[in-house]
Amino acid sequence: MSAPAATATMGRVAAHLHRRARWRWPEIAFWLAVLAVIFALPSRAAIINEALIAGLFALSLDLILGLTGIVSLGHAAFLGLGAYAAAVLASQGFADPLLGLAFGAGIAALVGLVTAPLLLRGGDLTRLMVTLGVSLMLGELANRNGWLTGGADGLNFSIGPVLGLFPIGFTGQRNAALYSFVVLFILFAIARRLAHSPFGLALTAIRENRLRAGALGVGASRRIVAIYTTAAAYAGAAGALLAETTQIVSLDLFDFHRSADVMLMLIIGGAGYLYGGIIGAAAFIVLRDVISAATPEYWEFWIGLALVILVLAGRDRIAAAPRRLITLVAPRVTRGGVA
Amino acid sequence: MSVPALEARGLVRRFGALIATDDVSFAVQSGARQALIGPNGAGKTTLINLLTGVLKPTAGQVLLQGRDVTHVASSARVRMGLSRTFQINQLFPDLTPAESPALAISERDGSGADFWRVAGGRSEIIAEIESLLTRFGLEADMDQPTRKLSYGKQRLLEIALALATRPRVLLLDEPAAGVPEEERQDILAALAALPSDVAILLIEHDMDLVFNFAERISVLVAGRLMAEGAPDEIAADERVRAVYLGEDAHG
Amino acid sequence: MLTILLDGVAYGMLLFVLASGLSVTLGLMNFINLAHGAFGMIGGYVTALLMNRAGVPFLVTLPAAFLLPAILGVFLERTLYRRLYGASPLDQVLFTIGLVLMAMPIAAYLIGDEPQQVHLPSWLSGRIEIHGVGIGVYRLFIIVLCGAIAAALQTFLIKTRLGAQLRAAVDDPRVAQGLGIDVDRIFAIAFAVGSGLAGLGGALAADVVGGIDPSFPIKFLVTFLIVVTIGGSNGIMGALIGSLLLGVLDVAGKYYVPSIGAFIIYAVMVVTLIVRPQGLFARGDGR
Repeated sequence: MSAPAATATMGRVAAHLHRRARWRWPEIAFWLAVLAVIFALPSRAAIINEALIAGLFALSLDLILGLTGIVSLGHAAFLGLGAYAAAVLASQGFADPLLGLAFGAGIAALVGLVTAPLLLRGGDLTRLMVTLGVSLMLGELANRNGWLTGGADGLNFSIGPVLGLFPIGFTGQRNAALYSFVVLFILFAIARRLAHSPFGLALTAIRENRLRAGALGVGASRRIVAIYTTAAAYAGAAGALLAETTQIVSLDLFDFHRSADVMLMLIIGGAGYLYGGIIGAAAFIVLRDVISAATPEYWEFWIGLALVILVLAGRDRIAAAPRRLITLVAPRVTRGGVA
Repeated sequence: MSVPALEARGLVRRFGALIATDDVSFAVQSGARQALIGPNGAGKTTLINLLTGVLKPTAGQVLLQGRDVTHVASSARVRMGLSRTFQINQLFPDLTPAESPALAISERDGSGADFWRVAGGRSEIIAEIESLLTRFGLEADMDQPTRKLSYGKQRLLEIALALATRPRVLLLDEPAAGVPEEERQDILAALAALPSDVAILLIEHDMDLVFNFAERISVLVAGRLMAEGAPDEIAADERVRAVYLGEDAHG
Repeated sequence: MLTILLDGVAYGMLLFVLASGLSVTLGLMNFINLAHGAFGMIGGYVTALLMNRAGVPFLVTLPAAFLLPAILGVFLERTLYRRLYGASPLDQVLFTIGLVLMAMPIAAYLIGDEPQQVHLPSWLSGRIEIHGVGIGVYRLFIIVLCGAIAAALQTFLIKTRLGAQLRAAVDDPRVAQGLGIDVDRIFAIAFAVGSGLAGLGGALAADVVGGIDPSFPIKFLVTFLIVVTIGGSNGIMGALIGSLLLGVLDVAGKYYVPSIGAFIIYAVMVVTLIVRPQGLFARGDGR
């Protein structure tokens, strides 16, 4: 091939590989819109805050489920760990929220690091059971060690203002939502870079064909441990945010239904392109608010029905339409998505 | 005599009572063009799996450039220069022909754990991808997801990916299998154009391909190496003809 | 101490009857049915409601507690479950979680949130002493009845033709089909029996667990999964051993080390999975 033709091809390769790495205007518009909603609806700050935190939690699941193809029934473990870590720290007098955030993420990451090797052997079913088992163990430990966690009564703690300037307690609900927004955005941006990096490419390869990834020199074990730890840190951060902005922690954070809920959020929004968790979480929270107002006790029934229909109809087909729109703007979108 | 690029010493693999690989010893020299043939069920793919580390041998050793790699993990062997293709395409359905080699190249040059820069961001990687795609005639389809390519093009990508790891030894498991007539020429041409410093072990059923390509042929029957030598020796070998004629007689 | 052991054995036997169906569907159809506990709940409700509202004697309700879930199981299997036999584990998990989440509010709506109690007949109440070891009469009844069921199942599998066909279908459904075995029918029968046993187990367990309420399927979901994990999904003996082990560990654990509670059984499950991740689910895992 002649030199100019080669250069032209190289240009095509470069453009192709970078095509989704750059931030495009629809993405920027999305984030500005979210920010606008926070300012436009100050009376709904609490539920917006909840949706943002749920979005972060679902994003953390997307890192392992959507990006890497690792199934988990116990992701709530990290939510609970992060929340309790931050709450315990605050109840001991360290009321700075950023410190609590880092501590919560750190503790969750540590547990993630230690439990990640359990995911490496066996297949999907084993992973589902192990992750479920670990989250139940942690929940039980939290329950039994009331001296630390306050048990069923919960903990009494108060949170100081962010950066010493912005109170996020009961009187600062909008600040709380902004605080969550900033944390979510920063963590999202990092995750986005990660998805486009060689590391992210390796994770995608592990998900699509682990056999071939190994045959190309990718050490799947180390990568999986790394992303699981990262996802745990993200979920821990979500937990810390939850504790700090609501000033409540409860044992139900470790419950199985939290892990099931976050999976549903991710499935609704579509896994694998990082925006799905946030969109799904928002949809979930809004729907729950609407439906609970109508039939408070039977909310569970509608969730169950949604899951059944989603699975029967085919998770791919449901998410296909919005996904095609998202393809224009977002990180690597895959057809198969998950598992 | 120089150190063989790849060597098997007394390899044995048992599955319960079944002996799939029976005391196999052979060597592939640097830059060799060697073929491994044998009837169906002879254990060729099992042997490949043993050599690459996907299967652990019941006994015996595997040496890569003289180093004992019998207990080395398969992904580590790749980093040491041993690469393979699969009999049935093992590709990444939603990655494109530009992205898949980017993965292999990043792993090889040590940036596989980089989580901050864009994959394939460096110009050396871009140049290498360009050269690889051009060599295999895939540059026109570089931005299509792999699952949309024709089978023949996928097969070419299968080989291209293995080559992207810059192996010293390349094991090709039936590269022409299942490829439609009109695309076979591309495969043959790609094989002929493989770098001469890479040792190549080819498993194939297609005798035309084997005799055109190989300088040395090993014959595997029922897990054991029955014969080994230059193509015309093998073609004239009575035992080999019996095995294949016997097979023909049964249809 | 022996009393604790016997209590554990009784609890284990209950778990066996409850979980054996799950073990069969997992081993036979590679299907993860997290809604299994719902059948237990239904059986428990059948017994409680028949006794409390219609005055039916305890023993008479037991066949009904088996039959209703069994019939429901066949119906669901034919209409819904069979579409997902080839689906990914995640899909099966999501689907069956969905079913459970639907079943529980329906129960709450129809019957109410209050736990429905089963009041044992007088001949099953109280304690007796055997060779100086005290044991509740009901516990003894459970051990005997469930033991008989386990023995009957094992005999069925080994000695009858249908049992042989079932074992063949478990081993390799495609080959079994090729041998002329109607694998579809076997699946349906296995699912029905498994659901029926779960119902029976639920009825028997009602007294032990303090009544049947709508949260039963989720509360015991994890326990069932642990039984299947520890005992394996191949065969009755595995499920039995797993259940007994779990029953004894749980009861003894809660008695001797109350501060740990359920932690022990979760830990045992995780340890089992660490040590034998493939061996337990031989066919289920692709990668």
